[in-house]
Amino acid sequence: MIIELGHYALVLALATVIVQSVLPLIGTIRNDRSLMAVAPAAALAGFLLVLFSFSVLTFAYVVSDFSVANVWENSHSLKPMIYKISGVWGNHEGSMLLWLLILVFFSALVSTFGSNLPERLRANVLAVQGMISAAFALFILLTSNPFIRLSPAPAEGQDLNPVLQDIGLAIHPPLLYLGYVGFSICFSFAIAALIEGRIDAAWARWVRPWTLAAWSFLTAGIAMGSYWAYYELGWGGWWFWDPVENASFIPWLAGTALLHSALVMEKREALKIWTVLLAILTFSMSLLGTFLVRSGVLTSVHAFATDPTRGVFILAILVFFIGGALSLFAFRAATLKAGGLFAPISREGALVLNNLILTTAAATVLTGTLYPLVLEALTGEKISVGPPFFNLTFGLLMLPLLLAVPFGPLLAWKRGDIFAAGQRLFAAVAVGLVVAAGVVYAHGGGPVLAYFGIAIGFYMIAGSLTDLWMRAGVGKVKPNVAFRRLVGLPGSAFGTALAHIGVGVTVIGVIAVTAFETEHVVEMKPGMQVEAGGYTLTFDGMRRGQGPNYSEESGHFTVARGGVTVTDIWSSKRLYTARRMPTTEAGIRTFGLSQLYVSLGDAMADGGIVVRVWWKPMILCIWIGALIMMAGGVVSLCDRRLRVGAPQKARKMKPALEAAE
Amino acid sequence: MTRKQKRLAVIGGGVAFLVAAVLLVMFAFSQSIAYFYVPGDLAKANLEPGTRIRLGGLVEAGTVKRDEGSTVTFTVTDTLATVPVTYTGILPDLFREGQGVVAEGAFGMDGLFVADTVLAKHDETYMPKDVADRLKAQGVELSGKETIK
Repeated sequence: MIIELGHYALVLALATVIVQSVLPLIGTIRNDRSLMAVAPAAALAGFLLVLFSFSVLTFAYVVSDFSVANVWENSHSLKPMIYKISGVWGNHEGSMLLWLLILVFFSALVSTFGSNLPERLRANVLAVQGMISAAFALFILLTSNPFIRLSPAPAEGQDLNPVLQDIGLAIHPPLLYLGYVGFSICFSFAIAALIEGRIDAAWARWVRPWTLAAWSFLTAGIAMGSYWAYYELGWGGWWFWDPVENASFIPWLAGTALLHSALVMEKREALKIWTVLLAILTFSMSLLGTFLVRSGVLTSVHAFATDPTRGVFILAILVFFIGGALSLFAFRAATLKAGGLFAPISREGALVLNNLILTTAAATVLTGTLYPLVLEALTGEKISVGPPFFNLTFGLLMLPLLLAVPFGPLLAWKRGDIFAAGQRLFAAVAVGLVVAAGVVYAHGGGPVLAYFGIAIGFYMIAGSLTDLWMRAGVGKVKPNVAFRRLVGLPGSAFGTALAHIGVGVTVIGVIAVTAFETEHVVEMKPGMQVEAGGYTLTFDGMRRGQGPNYSEESGHFTVARGGVTVTDIWSSKRLYTARRMPTTEAGIRTFGLSQLYVSLGDAMADGGIVVRVWWKPMILCIWIGALIMMAGGVVSLCDRRLRVGAPQKARKMKPALEAAE
Repeated sequence: MTRKQKRLAVIGGGVAFLVAAVLLVMFAFSQSIAYFYVPGDLAKANLEPGTRIRLGGLVEAGTVKRDEGSTVTFTVTDTLATVPVTYTGILPDLFREGQGVVAEGAFGMDGLFVADTVLAKHDETYMPKDVADRLKAQGVELSGKETIK
C-alpha cells in the first residue's frame, strides 16, 4: 500500500510541476500577480511530493520489500543497511528519482530564499524549472518507474553490483547531482532573463550564488568519484577519461567558466550575452551527460541498463530544452545591450582568457567523448579514444591557464598593468623554482617536464597568496594593521585565493603521481619481499574470510622501513555470492600525502599469487586540492556582498509582517 | 593602438587560440585512436606492426597459460579466426576462459599480439554486433547486463 502511495505522490508531483510551469508564465504575460504567486507554492508542494515518493522507495529498500521489482533487482536482505539505502540510487530508476528530487529541491530553495528576487523573474525562473521537472517526472513514470510491483514477490533479491557496495558510492551520486542538477537554476535564470528580454548586473548577482553552490558540490562529487574509482576498482588509477567521468567533468569546466564570466558581468556589466549563453550551455552539458550515462549509449561502470526507449526519451528532452533555449537565445540576443568596455590587459581580459581556455577545453573533452559514438553511428567503425588523446589535448590547453591564474586577481578592472603584476609575482615564481630545484636535488632523474609541473603548482599556490598579501599591505603597513586588513578582506577574496590554491595543490598531486609513481607486478610466495617507495613489503600469506554477503581471500603484508616494521596491509579478492561476482579490494596505506597500494591478482598453480604494488607519491594532493577548491567556493558563497541590497529590506519588513499576523 | 585595432587583436588572438586547439585535437586523434577489430577482420585489415588496436572476442577455452612471473598468454577467438595474445600484469577480475575480452595493444614483428591493457566484460555491447550475433547463433551465452571496468 505504501508503495502505491509513493507512486501516486510521484504522479501528483508531475501534475504540480506542470501547474508550476504553466500558471506563472501566464501570470507574467497577463501581469497577474496571483498567478505568479502560484510558482513558489507549487514548487514547495512538488518538492514535498517527490521527497515523499523518494522516502517510500528508500523505505522499500530498508525493509527489503522484494515485491517491488526495483528492490528485487538491486538489493539483498543480507546487505549492510548503508548499502541498502545507497542502493536506492545505485540503479537507473532510483538514480533518476534522485535526479528529480534534487531538481525540485533547487526549485524549493529558490522559492524559499528567492524572496528578494523581482516577482516576474522568480515566476519565470520557477516556471522554467517546473518544465524541466515535468519532463523528468514524465520520463520516470513512463520509462523508468521504480514502483513497479512483482507478483508473486520473490523471496530474495539479486543484490547490488558489488563494486557499487561502497561508502564512496553512497555519497558520490548525491553530491554529483547536487552539482550538475544545480546548474539547472542558472539555466532557468538565463531563460527567464531571455523571456523578459532584460538582463543586468543584478541578474549576475542573483545567479552567482547558485552557480557557486552547484559548482562546489560538483567539485566535491567529481573528487569523490575519482577517489572511489581509485580504491574500489583496484587499478590504481584515479582518472580514466571514461565517458562517464567526462560527462560530469564537461559541465564542471563550463560551470567554472560561468563562475568567472558572471563575475565580470556582476562587476562591470560586460560579457552579458556570453554569460547567458554559458549558463545555457553549462546545464545543456549536464543534460548531455545525463543522456550519455542514462541512455546506455556508453558501456561502462555507470551505464547499468540498456534500453533504447529511455535513450530516445532523454534525447527528446535534450533537444527540446537545448534547442528551445538556443532558439530563444538567438531570437533575443540582439536585444541585450552590450556593457562596459575594457582593455585586453585587465581583470576582464584575464577572465575572458579563462573563459576561452576553459570552454575550449570543455569542447575538446566533449569531442573526444562523442567522436567514437558519432563515428560508430555513421560508419559502424568502432574506435576508442583513450587517455593519451585527453592527456595531450587537455594538458596542453590547460598549461597557459595555469600560468595565467595568479595574474588574474592582481590585474585591475578595466585597464591593468601586466608588468606590475609580473613584478609582484616574482616571489611566487621564485618559490616555484626553488621547490622544483629541491625536488630535483632530493629525487633526481625523471622527466624535466615533471619538475616544471611541480614548479607551476607551487607558483600557483604562492601566487594566489600574493594577492591576499598585497591587499593586506603586508610589509607596507604595521603588522597589526596588515593583520586587521587581512581579516577584513571580503570573503570572495579568500574564496578566490583558496580555489586557486586548490588548483595548484591538485596540479602538484597529478604531476607527482604521473611522473614519480612506481609499479611492481610480481609473483609472490609467503616470505618473499618487494620494495616500493623506500618501504619493504613482506608477503606473509593468505587467509580466508566471510563477509555478510561475500566470501574473501586476503593477503597479509608487513610493511617495514629500514628494517623496522611500521604497519601492515591486508589486500583481498572478494566473491559476492548472490551474483557470483569477484571484486578486488585493494590494500591501501597512507604515509603523509603518499600511499602504498597493493592489489592481488590470480593465484598460481605453485602456490604463489600475483601481486601488484604501487607507490603513489603525493597522490592525496589530487583530492585535497579539489576539497580546497570546494572550500573556496563555499567561502565565496558566504561572502556578505553576495547578499547585499534586498535582503536587508526583507529583514526590516519581517517583524512588521509578524506583527500583522 | 586605436580601439578598433585593439579589438581586432583580441579577436585575432582568440581565433588563433581556437585554431591551435582544433589542430591539436586533430593531431591527437591521428596519434591516439585505436580501432576495434575482431580476429576475423585482421586478415583483410593489413595492419603495420606497432599500430595500436583494440582486439575483441572470446578467450578460447584451454588456451590461458601463465609462465614465470606475471606474463599470461591466451588466444582470442571470434569463432572464425584466432589471435594469440600475450600480456604482462594482473588480469581483471572478470577475465575467464570462454568469456568476452577486449585487449588493447599492438602486433609485434613476430605476429604476436602484445596487449598492455586487458578489459573483461560479460556484456555483448562490448563486441561488434555481428560478432555477438555470430556467437549467439552458435549458442554462446552472452547474457548479463552488468558491465564492469
